[in-house]
Amino acid sequence: MPETRVVLNTTVADPGQPGTREQDLIAGVQRGQHELFYELVRPYERRIYAAALAILRNEHDAEDAAQEAMLKAFANIRQFRAEARFSTWLIQITVNEALMRRRRERTVVMEGIDDRRDEESEYAPRDFADWREIPSEALERKEVRQRLAEALAMLDRKYREVFVLRDMEHLNIQETAEALGITVASVKTRLLRARLMLRDLLAAGWERGWFSRLPFEKGTKPW
Amino acid sequence: MVNQQTLNCEQVWREISNYVDGDVDAALRSSMDEHLRTCKRCASVLAGTRNVVALYGDERMLEVPAGFSRRLQKRLANTAAVKGTGWATWSAWLVPVAAMALIAGSLQLTTLLNHRPAMKSQHAVPAKDIPADMVVVVSSGAKLFHVPGCRFIHDKASERTMTAKEAMKEGYVPCPRCLRQYLKTGLTQRPGDQLDQDTDDDADVKADQGDVLGVAGQ
Repeated sequence: MPETRVVLNTTVADPGQPGTREQDLIAGVQRGQHELFYELVRPYERRIYAAALAILRNEHDAEDAAQEAMLKAFANIRQFRAEARFSTWLIQITVNEALMRRRRERTVVMEGIDDRRDEESEYAPRDFADWREIPSEALERKEVRQRLAEALAMLDRKYREVFVLRDMEHLNIQETAEALGITVASVKTRLLRARLMLRDLLAAGWERGWFSRLPFEKGTKPW
Repeated sequence: MVNQQTLNCEQVWREISNYVDGDVDAALRSSMDEHLRTCKRCASVLAGTRNVVALYGDERMLEVPAGFSRRLQKRLANTAAVKGTGWATWSAWLVPVAAMALIAGSLQLTTLLNHRPAMKSQHAVPAKDIPADMVVVVSSGAKLFHVPGCRFIHDKASERTMTAKEAMKEGYVPCPRCLRQYLKTGLTQRPGDQLDQDTDDDADVKADQGDVLGVAGQ
């Protein structure tokens, strides 16, 4: 039975200038106020989990990897330097942890072959219907979020990882490349393909009525 | 640079992701704008791509399994506590964590008791099966060791975190409140009978420093 999921609708804080609450928390933990660490990482726990899940695709493994990554972040907090974004630092540690676990699963060889094949070909959009913008209110509906998550899960690993880090974790292109150990060019290529594939998948979902209760005009699609 | 005159749909699609990210130069953007104004197909591709970026980039798409936060807190606290890092000011959430540690400990204290270390309190109740690696707290001048968060810890400012094994080696004895479940059974008096007396030990210790009491089976 699938585990009940919750949506935490709090704002994800990004690092601020020195003297902000986050900077103060970092300094406090580095000085030994370890009890502040959870407060420091709490705003990012959903992003951390999402990053691990994108790579491992298994909720249990993703949660364990996310926890392990936070322990490593705690153990290495003194190595964090203020010039980096704390959120990015956390996500990179999480990605490293998840990648390390996946390497142990011995699936890298087959995926490596797929990587080369797919990046040589271009992806052409398939659906060109009239479109309208999907209002963000649609995300209040659990089934919409679930459909979007299902579409994301249909992407091959290399596209899903880049898409999640770039478009959901909001790393920039360079940070995404560094986190995954791939080139900037590869990030751009994979991101383009991921976005276009998702667009087609969701357009197909429209045909199947995923968004049927949304207030679109009859005969138009959101794409 | 892509020539505006030769820009076709395939070229627009190839750059549509960079376009959405604002990662195209001015000339290419201008060419794409021109194409998008007249090409309904490419306008559909652009709109759909923007929808994808906007929807998936929304915070509400980041979901965690129920209980994720609680389990993360617990694991952080457990690990930090085992390392003796002084994690947390023993706030309320650490109490159940400590209770977990009590249950989870594998190394039993029974063997330690055979060493019969000097105990700080003449009123001590012998402990039974306290996990040796359980994280406990002691404070300066006191006699008892406690589960982190125990409200009977005296002089919290001087508290130290250590394992039960280390605490026993130093002669500390288990707090009859928070470690009641480990107090040796079969005594003439119930553990609870001594609660007040033993708790007071922590406040008044000087006279008892160095007292030696036989341990098990007294």
